Amino acid sequence: MKTLIRGGRLVDPKNSIDGRYDVLIDGTIVKEISKSIRKVDDGTRIIDASKRVVAPGLIDVHCHLREPGFEYKETIRTGTTAAARGGFTTLVCMANTNPVNDSRSITEFIVDRARAEGVCKVLPCGAVTKGLRSEELSEIGEMFEAGIVAISDDGRSVRGAGLMRKALEYAKIFRLPVISHCEDETLSGGFVHEGRASLLTGLDGIPAIAEELIAARDIAIARYVDSPLHLTHVSTAGSVEIIERAKRTFRKITCDTCPHYFTLTDEATLTYDTNTKVNPPLRSQEDVSAIKEGLRKGTIDVIATDHAPHELTSKDVEFDLATFGISGFETALALSLTLVREDILDLKGLLMKMTVNPAKLLGLTAGVLAEGAPADVIVFDPDTEWTVDRNSFASKGKNTPFHGMTLRGRNLFTMVDGKIVFNELG
Amino acid sequence: MNWKRKDLLGIRGLSTEEILFILDTAESFKDISRREIKKVPTLRGKTVITLFYEPSTRTRTSFEIAAKRLSADTINISSSTSSSTKGESLKDTARNLESMRPDAIVIRHGMPGAPHMLAGVLDSSIINGGDGSHEHPTQALLDLFTIRDKKGRIDGLKVVIVGDIAHSRVARSNIFSLKNFGNEVICCGPPTMIPPHMETLGVRVEYDLKRAVRNADVIMMLRIQKERGGTTYIPSTKEYSALYGLGRQHVETAADDAIIMHPGPMNRGIEISDDVADGPSSVILDQVENGVAVRMAVLYLLIGGEA
Repeated sequence: MKTLIRGGRLVDPKNSIDGRYDVLIDGTIVKEISKSIRKVDDGTRIIDASKRVVAPGLIDVHCHLREPGFEYKETIRTGTTAAARGGFTTLVCMANTNPVNDSRSITEFIVDRARAEGVCKVLPCGAVTKGLRSEELSEIGEMFEAGIVAISDDGRSVRGAGLMRKALEYAKIFRLPVISHCEDETLSGGFVHEGRASLLTGLDGIPAIAEELIAARDIAIARYVDSPLHLTHVSTAGSVEIIERAKRTFRKITCDTCPHYFTLTDEATLTYDTNTKVNPPLRSQEDVSAIKEGLRKGTIDVIATDHAPHELTSKDVEFDLATFGISGFETALALSLTLVREDILDLKGLLMKMTVNPAKLLGLTAGVLAEGAPADVIVFDPDTEWTVDRNSFASKGKNTPFHGMTLRGRNLFTMVDGKIVFNELG
Repeated sequence: MNWKRKDLLGIRGLSTEEILFILDTAESFKDISRREIKKVPTLRGKTVITLFYEPSTRTRTSFEIAAKRLSADTINISSSTSSSTKGESLKDTARNLESMRPDAIVIRHGMPGAPHMLAGVLDSSIINGGDGSHEHPTQALLDLFTIRDKKGRIDGLKVVIVGDIAHSRVARSNIFSLKNFGNEVICCGPPTMIPPHMETLGVRVEYDLKRAVRNADVIMMLRIQKERGGTTYIPSTKEYSALYGLGRQHVETAADDAIIMHPGPMNRGIEISDDVADGPSSVILDQVENGVAVRMAVLYLLIGGEA
């Protein structure tokens, strides 16, 4: 089956292309890209992308699909459906499932489920330590054979610098990136950013230094053992500063942030809305500005969602008791496009952080829209206005602080390996 | 002015006009408690529930007496008698209570924002009787009432709040109200008990008690919040007492007509010496008495309108 995506503005950051092109897909592969493809075979599907942007499918290096164990929060099917709507064609799902993805059998389970149920591609991230307990390393090699693309104890840091050192060293065998969630638990323990807002609400704070200390620690270890390290969901000005300085002399450091960290400040927690409860917490205006500057300067390489779906009842309680996390797939692109309108990034630069850079981090061939590449393609309207309605989310997780907000930019079409999995183009 | 709010969730957000309106209303109720027959029919037929998830003697009794003196029916629920021990959520407990048509629910809870959550889902008036380290609005109101009574004004005063500021809802509510009226507020305590960014509230921080209390018009003492981990912020209560316990030598350097306040419960010999607690400058028992009048005013304003 052939598909022709006609008349769109093709933005492929990998090849530095931004212009009007037609894209012909044959089977699972991009067959031809040229200014105008007139002659098509009978039976070719024609997709009119005029006035839209055509781009490689987005890659999310950090999400939670909750399966196995927490199917009431999300499943691989609902999660990948939501991701495809949001414009993502490849996902890395974190290991904090139940059981934890710390063994070959769980990795195989996720890979099999994703093959059977997944709407887009799912790449599991294995746990650094067994049970995320920071006691002993997981069988990383076995999980690697089963298909993990990174290791992380996301949700918490690997406690103990000695163990983190071993993880960074051991991961080198498989060239697996180690993804670090930076949080010193002796300093955290709160529920919101420690700042002016927490002073007003009386909610226990998580200081910025809880993140920065571990960022600095893990960078020092990575440099010492010469291993690649990826710091995830960076949220503070101090972290950006530490990473920027480290990158000058050590090239194997990368990092990501999430849309909520450059969109909302801790002011959003003043109403005790539990949908604003996320870890790391929403930070101060100064931090938000530094994150944006980090994105602009390239200190921050990747935008990830940290899609963390939760059932309503876990958020419909006292703020202290509510779960941490934001359901992010279906708002990520629109929130990120704000960076383009604010002149922080151009469209190519933004898509770089959601396609090329994540692909490079994970060693994938995806994230490119070129002849011969797998046909992971999205078509979005960067300007259309829409109002977030959490009840219309495909994700089971309705936990979003953006409910009711009007956003600009919306994905309209997603193709994974040549198969149309989402189409609102009409 | 006309009272418009359904709930009293905190001092922050109240205008000076609203606060004065409550104080003036309380003034007219104070007299009732000194009569031989301490009861008026103002809230006859109204029901007030006190829902306390944390222990309390003063606040709960004060609310109950206030409600009863206005002829409201009161029901007290404490965490040991509530369904929380059976796993029922706060929202469900509150919704069930609401089905019995109370007019007001006074809630005390260990977690900040719990009253705000209830206010969002219930039609009853919600009164915050203390939520975690956040606010304790009726305490700040009765403190302000007492200050006005003793000092004749509630502006331009030098007020020192001493103790565990970080974990004190009394401190927060008092800071909001006192700054709102343009007082100088100094927070004094060990740095481990003073949260960052205090200066953004217009408050001065002083670690030395002697310096802090000099020429003070009002000294408010707080207790160490043992239930909120207060003792891990200091090496020992003995050392705390030596550094931050208020004694007569401190009171002597304050203004001549300085008043000493404490929201209770007091730990005599730790944050305050006996001779200060029982001395001529102490207004601690006046605070308790005024608490009833202020809570009568709050109940009256929130649920005393047309039935």
